[in-house]
Order: sequence, then C-alpha cells, then structure tokens
Amino acid sequence: MERYIFYIVAAIMIVFAIAAVNSRKMMRSVIYLLFVLMGVAGIFFLIDYNFLAAIQLTVYAGGIIVLMIFSVLLVHHIELELEIAKTSKRIITAIASLIGIGVFLTTIYSYNFNVIENTKTTTTAEIGEKLLSYSEGGFILPFEVISVLLLAVMIGAIVIAKGGKLTDKNEETT
Amino acid sequence: MIAGISIYELLTLTTVIFFIGVYGFITRKNLISILISVELIMNASVINFVIINKYLYPDMLQGVLFSIFIIAVAAAEAALAISIIINLYRQIGSVEVKDTEIMKY
Repeated sequence: MERYIFYIVAAIMIVFAIAAVNSRKMMRSVIYLLFVLMGVAGIFFLIDYNFLAAIQLTVYAGGIIVLMIFSVLLVHHIELELEIAKTSKRIITAIASLIGIGVFLTTIYSYNFNVIENTKTTTTAEIGEKLLSYSEGGFILPFEVISVLLLAVMIGAIVIAKGGKLTDKNEETT
Repeated sequence: MIAGISIYELLTLTTVIFFIGVYGFITRKNLISILISVELIMNASVINFVIINKYLYPDMLQGVLFSIFIIAVAAAEAALAISIIINLYRQIGSVEVKDTEIMKY
C-alpha cells in the first residue's frame, strides 16, 4: 500500500517540478511549485516524521507560496507570458542536467548502503529535548543562532522593502 | 522508513528533483522563477537529510534537526529575496535578470 502511495507522490512531484520550471506563466509556475512542496510533505508523512511534514506545510505551503504569489501579483500582469531562453541553450542545459543525473545515479547505485531495518517514529518531544539540550550533541547553539537570524531577516526585509521611501524622507530633511 | 521502498528509490527521486531545479536555475530569465528553482534544490536536499537519517542511522536525530534549520534558513532567504525583488521593481520597473544592473541601495 505505502509503495503505491509513494510512487504516486513521486510521479506527481516530478511532473509538477518539470511544469514549474517550464511554464511560461508566472502564476501557474508558483502553483506548480506548491504541488511539489505538498508532495515533499507527503514524503515526510510516509517516512513517519509528522513534525517536519507539519512544518513543511505551514512554512512553505502557507508562508513562502503566499509571499511568492504576493510578489508575482505586485510585479506582473497575470496574463504576461515570460520570455524563454534560446532553444539551443535549453537543449544544452537539459543534456548537461541529464548527464548530471546519470553521474549521481551511477554513484548512488554502485554504493552499498548499510540500511538498518526499523520502524521508529520520531516524536516531537524527542526533537524538542534535543533542540534545547546543552549537553554534548545538543542543538541549543544553532537554535539560538537561527532565532537571531530570523529576527535580523525580519528587520532587514522591512528596511529593504521600504527602502525608497526611507531615503526620500532622509533627503528631504537634509 | 517507508515499508517496501528502498533508499535507492528515494535518492533517485531527490536527484531528479535537484537537477530539474538546476535546469530551471540556468534557463530561466526572471528573478522570481530563479527563486522557485532554488526552492526546488533546497527541498531535494532537505529530503536527502531526512531519509539518510531515517534509513542509515535511525537512533540519531542530527539529520532531522538539521532539516528544520535548513527550512528556517530557506524561509529567511525567500523573504529577503522577495523584498529585494520588490524594491528592485520599484527602482527599475523590471524583474528580468538582464535589466538588473544596479544593486545599489
């Protein structure tokens, strides 16, 4: 059963990823990306890691996609067709990507992974304890660094997005 | 781990998505489309972290914790990139890569 669900989710992800990088309409491309991100969340659910699946759905599907739709609507007409790269460039890039996939897959399939059969689920309590533990192997330092980074990004995004007006006001006063 | 699915199939899936992202990154000429391709690449790497943790080292949590940090950094990056794009659109009226010649605040 899980096998078939995985294959369906994988097929959806690959098809919509190709559609997202090939669609000539900006808005559709963002929506195709939304399907890929939901497929990623589906993989996390299948692999028994519900916490990250929930984070993926809220942060990506709920946050980043809305932000992208917002910016697309601000900077584009909705029916505007994108200019596409030259056909020769597209073909060369596609061939290079296929060669890259070939190299990666031969490396992966020639390596013998030491897989441990298990059915462990990662509970949220375990993750929380590990994130806040300051003993050896704990993740309190990256956790704090990430929180400072998010604060800096929040302020930076506001300052950059308001940039024009702020400089205008400064020029008027001086 | 997923019953009946080997690690090779999952790694194949992430490899394909990663290279679709690379293809889009090179061929697209629009800043928002490039950001979409970067998101694809990031997501492929996040799945890789989680599945290698789950299949090879099920008793450890390093991979699953780093995936959370990657998602946080990706969200921060997307927010900053979109604010830069909006500011750029106000100044030069375009989000095409070839028109982007200034990055002066």
